[in-house]
Amino acid sequence: MELRSNIPDGPIEKKWDKHRADIKLVNPANKRKYKVIVVGSGLAGASAAASLAELGYQVSCFCYQDSPRRAHSIAAQGGINAAKNYQNDGDSVFRLFYDTVKGGDFRAREGNVYRLAQLSVNIIDQCVAQGVPFAREYGGLLANRSFGGAQVSRTFYARGQTGQQLLLGAYQALERQIGLGKVKMHPRHEMLELVVAHGKARGIVTRNMVTGKIESHAADAVILATGGYGNVFYLSTNAKGCNTTAIWRAYKKGAAFANPCYTQIHPTCIPVSGDHQSKLTLMSESLRNDGRIWVPKKKGDARPPHQIPEDERDYYLERKYPAYGNLCPRDIASRAAKQVCDEGRGVGPGGLGVYLDFADAIKRLGETVIREKYGNLIDMYERITGENPYKVPMRIYPAIHYTMGGLWVDYNLMTTIPGLHCLGEANFSDHGANRLGASALMQGLADGYFVIPYTVGHYIASTSLEKVDTSHEAFREAEAEVSGRMKTLLGIKGKRTVDSFHRELGKIMWEYCGMARNQTGLQLALNKIPSLREEFWKNVNILGENESLNQSLEKAGRVADFLELGELTCLDALERNESCGGHFREEYQTPDGEAKRDDDKYAYVAAWEYAGPDKRPILNKEPLQFENIHLAQRSYK
Amino acid sequence: MSGTGGKLMNLTLKVWRQKNAKDGGRFVTYEAKAISPDMSFLEMLDVVNEGLIGRGEEPIAFDHDCREGICGTCGMMINGVAHGPRRATTACQLHMRSFQDGDSITIEPWRAAAFPVLRDLVVDRGSFDRIVAAGGFVSVNTGGTPDGNALPVPKDASDQAMDAAACIGCGACVAACPNASAALFTAAKVSHLGLLPQGQPERLRRARNMVAQMDAEGFGSCTSHGECEAVCPKEISLDFIARMNRDYIWASAQGERVSKAGGEG
Repeated sequence: MELRSNIPDGPIEKKWDKHRADIKLVNPANKRKYKVIVVGSGLAGASAAASLAELGYQVSCFCYQDSPRRAHSIAAQGGINAAKNYQNDGDSVFRLFYDTVKGGDFRAREGNVYRLAQLSVNIIDQCVAQGVPFAREYGGLLANRSFGGAQVSRTFYARGQTGQQLLLGAYQALERQIGLGKVKMHPRHEMLELVVAHGKARGIVTRNMVTGKIESHAADAVILATGGYGNVFYLSTNAKGCNTTAIWRAYKKGAAFANPCYTQIHPTCIPVSGDHQSKLTLMSESLRNDGRIWVPKKKGDARPPHQIPEDERDYYLERKYPAYGNLCPRDIASRAAKQVCDEGRGVGPGGLGVYLDFADAIKRLGETVIREKYGNLIDMYERITGENPYKVPMRIYPAIHYTMGGLWVDYNLMTTIPGLHCLGEANFSDHGANRLGASALMQGLADGYFVIPYTVGHYIASTSLEKVDTSHEAFREAEAEVSGRMKTLLGIKGKRTVDSFHRELGKIMWEYCGMARNQTGLQLALNKIPSLREEFWKNVNILGENESLNQSLEKAGRVADFLELGELTCLDALERNESCGGHFREEYQTPDGEAKRDDDKYAYVAAWEYAGPDKRPILNKEPLQFENIHLAQRSYK
Repeated sequence: MSGTGGKLMNLTLKVWRQKNAKDGGRFVTYEAKAISPDMSFLEMLDVVNEGLIGRGEEPIAFDHDCREGICGTCGMMINGVAHGPRRATTACQLHMRSFQDGDSITIEPWRAAAFPVLRDLVVDRGSFDRIVAAGGFVSVNTGGTPDGNALPVPKDASDQAMDAAACIGCGACVAACPNASAALFTAAKVSHLGLLPQGQPERLRRARNMVAQMDAEGFGSCTSHGECEAVCPKEISLDFIARMNRDYIWASAQGERVSKAGGEG
């Protein structure tokens, strides 16, 4: 497999402009002759579908939720970065670019990240024009706050509901196009197969989640914007429905899957409360602006927090990383929390938690200010735990939150299958081995509003597209595959529920491929996962039939794919004999426990190619070149 | 208290079971045993469903996704109250510590002509999307927008717009309303955009078109019972309905001068 990143030549500041000037265009009158399929309706999918329809393409958009407004982008709390430098504090496109590459532990492509930083400023303008109610100062101008991994204030926000408001902006733009008849929306439809004909992506096969009908949809280009695969860990901050199926089907049809082991663990989540736990809830990183993280200095100190005097507390992030303190990046804060808990200094049930304390901030700013800034987050914490953070410190613990890996894409966001594009969290492109806070919203919207409208046009204009409709045999085959899979799943009639398999897979992943990984553990996981998968296909119990709303059947299809992806994730983690960002291999650390990269051997993107059932996938490498940023050990001290 | 292992509870559930839109539907009684007060309401249903599958009975279908109270997917009547007893809380954020050992809990889907039941507790809320498609947007295409700070927005206007924009589109307002009116949902979007300078050019057209779509979907009229505000998980204020009505009357008074064509702005 050849990996051509197609990064334009020339100085980094000029690459995107040059590319836009060079790429081919589709005549406005011809755009309506072309069909584009968009799978997913989150920030990336909704913005892409709306923007492409505005340009004139015939767009079909699919989501598994009952409405495009419910995609999980909606749950992003803290904010969106943009290099506006409205605060006059030294921000610039270059600085955002630099922070993002460094934050990703030098495992992202320079060209893509620079473009992301450039487009960040357009996103804010677009969203303001749509009526997104960003936070404002009394003078009427936009407010900013700080976020992890940056020393400037460049994060725009809408209370603690930034993702919701940005998504509603994109959703409203999408609904406008639906109302105008330019987008055909298919809610409660799950993509279960990609259709490739004449070597190009030409459509998808979906299951109507209400009637069970298997349907074919043909197009000239297919865009996957289907989010991340964090639910491979079962417990994560993702929505329950988030899944890998669309990108996994694409992988099995020939799209390379890049860096699956780069998974992000968010430091500020509400700790697990019992075996019934079905998901984990994030507390926005923005809380770290005013909250101080600490644990007792003494092991096993069981006193309630207010009885532990100041000099017996360890504000370990402020101690270890004085320059960034509580605002150090997520991977570093998560590992530091694990370390203190491993030392026996964790708090709460099972010792798996650390305090996030607002007492000083309340003393300094008053409860009213804290309530105004974080009220909805604090209320949510109180609803879940029954504890009041204005009185007792919050307890937090890291949880799986985001996946930096995903389908490999070139500069045009096209995968290794011609015509198949991938946007947002579903691709691998911009965050390297660790994503900085407030950068996911930025990437989703940059991809959807400002990159794909150009690059899809370029693909269509520069490709000769054979006449293919749903009567093509590739559609028949894909439909037969999907129907066959549904039938097989329903026919197993075993003893265990889908959830019990999912939980077991999640435990394996968290134990051996979570916050810290090592060779022995990964090899163990690589033995356990295939046997669990084998048991799944013999012993899962799915009731009901295909021809109705059947939530067990939906889950079963997703878990079946997670059982394959989990194995690839562990394999990728085992192959990468270094530590970087969210991938921490215990064998590779500095004397003070920081991640130790190996740039000579591992400064590449690992792009895995499917080789057939029960065959070891093929590892392809795209070397990363750093021409504008000097490779250095990441330091936040 | 989280994870501190409060006393386990045994509950009796009366759950609406309905095979599909055509089926008549009925209540079926289930026992929910050894329920931890730290479970969310939906986690309690997960436990019941695992038990049902074990006994060869099809699990209770219910909509849910983020389970952190923001996506608006979940929703059910719990003892006759939309999203259950806790104020400003979605069903997924309701925890079992709000109930007592031995309680009997009745669980039903949203009931409204414009929200047909698809299965058990799952309803079709596509009508909400169509109301937004009728005018719940600012007609700007991607690209060519002015600098974000070129248009100052008074903080109060922005804050109030945010109060309205916080709506998650769950449909509790409709389910709670004796008339099954979607006035609070529609008013929240009309107000969010109508309070901002960006929303002014289409303010009247938006109100008129969205209200017309709401009526066409078969939602009832608002008669100011206020049940919607009482159950709204985001505490959207009834005042926004008054605001929508003002815009709507103003639009009606302008008559034909407000074009009916939505969207091509």
